[in-house]
Amino acid sequence: MLLDIKGLDVAFLTRRETVKAARNVSLQVEAGEVLGLVGESGAGKSTIGNAIMDLLEKPGEVTAGEILFKGKNIRGLSEDEMRRIRGDEIGMIFQDPQTSLNPLLTIGQQLVETIQKSLGLRDKAAADRAVELLEGVGITEARARLQAYPHQFSGGMRQRVVIALALAGDPDLIIADEPTTALDVSIQAQILDLIKGLCRSRNLGVIIVTHDIGVIANIADRVAVMYRGEVVETGPVAQVLGAPTHAYTKSLIAAVPRADKRLKRFAAIDYIEGGDAPRRRIDVQNHWLGAAQDFRPPKGIAVDVKNISLSFVLQKAILKRNRKMLKAVNDVSFQIREGETFGLVGESGSGKSTIARCIARLYNVDQGSIQAMGRDLLADPRAPETRKARRALQMVFQDPYSSLNGRMRVGEIVAEPIRFFKLTADEAETQRIIGDLLDHVGLGASAAKRYPHEFSGGQRQRISIARALASRPRILICDEPTSALDVSIQAQILNLLKDLQDELGLTMLFISHDLPVIRQMCDRIAVMKDGAICEIGENEQLFTAPQHPYTRHLLDLMPRMDLLEPSAVMPAEG
Amino acid sequence: MFALIVRRLLQSILVMASVSVISFSLFNFVGDPVNNMVGQDATREDRVRIRQELGLDDPIIVQYGRFLGNAIQGDFGLSYRIKRPVDQLIAERLPATLELVFVSALIALGFGITAGVYTGIQRNSWASRLVLSGSLIGVSLPTFIIGIGLIYLFAVHLRWLPSSGRGGVIDLGGWKTSLLTIDGWRSIILPAITLSLFQMTIILRLVRAEMLEVMQADFIKFARARGLSERAINFSHALKNTLVPVVTIIGINIGGLIAFSVITETVFQWPGTGLMFIQSVDFVDVPIMSAYLCFVALVFVVVNLVVDILYFVIDPRIRLGAK
Repeated sequence: MLLDIKGLDVAFLTRRETVKAARNVSLQVEAGEVLGLVGESGAGKSTIGNAIMDLLEKPGEVTAGEILFKGKNIRGLSEDEMRRIRGDEIGMIFQDPQTSLNPLLTIGQQLVETIQKSLGLRDKAAADRAVELLEGVGITEARARLQAYPHQFSGGMRQRVVIALALAGDPDLIIADEPTTALDVSIQAQILDLIKGLCRSRNLGVIIVTHDIGVIANIADRVAVMYRGEVVETGPVAQVLGAPTHAYTKSLIAAVPRADKRLKRFAAIDYIEGGDAPRRRIDVQNHWLGAAQDFRPPKGIAVDVKNISLSFVLQKAILKRNRKMLKAVNDVSFQIREGETFGLVGESGSGKSTIARCIARLYNVDQGSIQAMGRDLLADPRAPETRKARRALQMVFQDPYSSLNGRMRVGEIVAEPIRFFKLTADEAETQRIIGDLLDHVGLGASAAKRYPHEFSGGQRQRISIARALASRPRILICDEPTSALDVSIQAQILNLLKDLQDELGLTMLFISHDLPVIRQMCDRIAVMKDGAICEIGENEQLFTAPQHPYTRHLLDLMPRMDLLEPSAVMPAEG
Repeated sequence: MFALIVRRLLQSILVMASVSVISFSLFNFVGDPVNNMVGQDATREDRVRIRQELGLDDPIIVQYGRFLGNAIQGDFGLSYRIKRPVDQLIAERLPATLELVFVSALIALGFGITAGVYTGIQRNSWASRLVLSGSLIGVSLPTFIIGIGLIYLFAVHLRWLPSSGRGGVIDLGGWKTSLLTIDGWRSIILPAITLSLFQMTIILRLVRAEMLEVMQADFIKFARARGLSERAINFSHALKNTLVPVVTIIGINIGGLIAFSVITETVFQWPGTGLMFIQSVDFVDVPIMSAYLCFVALVFVVVNLVVDILYFVIDPRIRLGAK
């Protein structure tokens, strides 16, 4: 047994209360085995990793239990003894390769420093070892790369360097804390392969901490599911994911979007924050929200994007030919039919968010035309007709933290579009509608008096949706609306969006990098790469018979979910 | 890097040109130069003659051209008050000011950075709290109060150090230094401390704030997880990452020290350029004022250029260009 944790308790002692971040956690890791530690934010999974390394942030503290590493209890070792264990015996990999490396030191300096500390080699030998390590994690021209600084590497390469650094002291156990969360799906697959390969070839024990069931399904041998600081279920991956026994594991797995078939709704997630909040339904047809839907698009085309292009200047120069330009959107055309959900999918940098911003006119396109509801969106923004068309088109952004003004009360945030477009007769009506809207998105009218910081990420996204609905839009642009959220919260928000679409007959442009989410949400889908559309197709056809090689490539990269027994997912209703 | 320096130099020339316009206009707006030169009983003809001799009848643009031509060669004319070339006067006074600033910057940097790092790492120790509350005094007390307080304590009450002037000067081929004698050091220590106190607190608080931020960074946590020593983490990883904003502020502050050590020099009767400037303002000695203005602008331009170059040295992302 490489690592054996017995009855570990971690508490954060504050002046007012003691928060137990981990309760009675017991885990075992063998050499040559990958243990997945899965749970949602706040479940305490990162706390376990930090507790093993004795790197808990103050005022966090291990209050009970034993951490046996190679049979020796390492809990409560002195700082000096712990320092010899860190790096030499146990290595750690962090989430974001952009920030885990010191930007001011070369890769070589950081590697050599670590190697010298752990192995006590001389400069020359340490440099040779650094080259070996870099080659071991698949970096070519390693010797020349020693002189390079972190910013000269791409995200995936940087994560390789981070792994090389974690291996520098020849540790026997690696703790990887969300090692692929910040990476694109194709890079994610490579990094996971690398970690798994190293685990086998060096006979390492690996603990992989993640919120992503897909990652677990791909890499882990055994899995431990954490919920509110406790390990609720442990076992071989196939058993835990295929036939979960604990109710939390069941609902967590039910919330994972499936790529293999489209469901009407996600199963109710009753184990999570508030559950599927009991919404006070309003009768939309006879309500202000449903009234005055005077827009009827011509030929049923809600949004018509024709040949748009947009370039960004990467490097300024006075002479035009010296400027470095990036074609973010390159001659893109598509149509969104009224009432459908149109998906844009692609990896980061493919231009999908840029298109959303062009349609919302947050960016001005260089060429092309965009019509919404038969009206030209690129016309003079002050003209009444354009304004009407733009009112009918609203946006929900990715980051629920920065997209709400923290100094405004929620009621004011939702009221702003109503007041701006003068949609109500008087203030009393505005207030009543704010209450109805907040009720309808499942927050409750009392939320109006509070500030955004009092809400969780999922609740904030509900506020964003209420704000978008406040101008009575016909078209909703959702730019990665759930990628910052936990999987169970994601299921709730996606359910909410589906319900709203049904009730209000909204047209949606849904943007995501996450193919399973797209699979669940969209009617038709466009796949993007390098600013251009590779393929547009119906949901079913695109996922079962992709035409373009890039689409096939993306589908191949999707974490395999065959371990998830279909019986774990509620059958589609109706 | 070369292109950047050239661009910065061009900008500097623009700045200097506009400052020269302002300092030239001093001659025409701050009193009548002829009135300042001749006595009360000069006749009308005398005045007209002097006006012609000085070229004050020429068109303004010609006068400016002449001023600029002379100024570039360092010639700012004769002081009205002392009747000696202004450039000589400044050159004589400059070593005193530069030495004062040098010593006070050493104190400010040495203590400010050390205490900043310490209070940034040992956030809650009693020593940090003491240093931080003490630093409030440095920010809130005006320089002349601190100076007078120090004089009272060390010169009047304890009689350890002289209260004013610049003792023990040695001439090193035109550069008169007081840093080579014990007596000189005894004289410089009080004004240098007075001058450094404000800068020290600014640097201390800035370094502390930056350290607090950097210590939260992932790469610090990653360095810990690799088992690096605290010393390596604090200095080679953390402190280096605080340097860009710190260097900016230090640069501006040192420029400020050279230019505006006026109060300290007055309190301690330190024979530097600041004291000379304040005396010439009293006497409306326009050539000195105008030359001083140009000098101050030059100091800031040079300091900013040095700061820009330091960015390059410190941060590879600026040096190699972000990808």
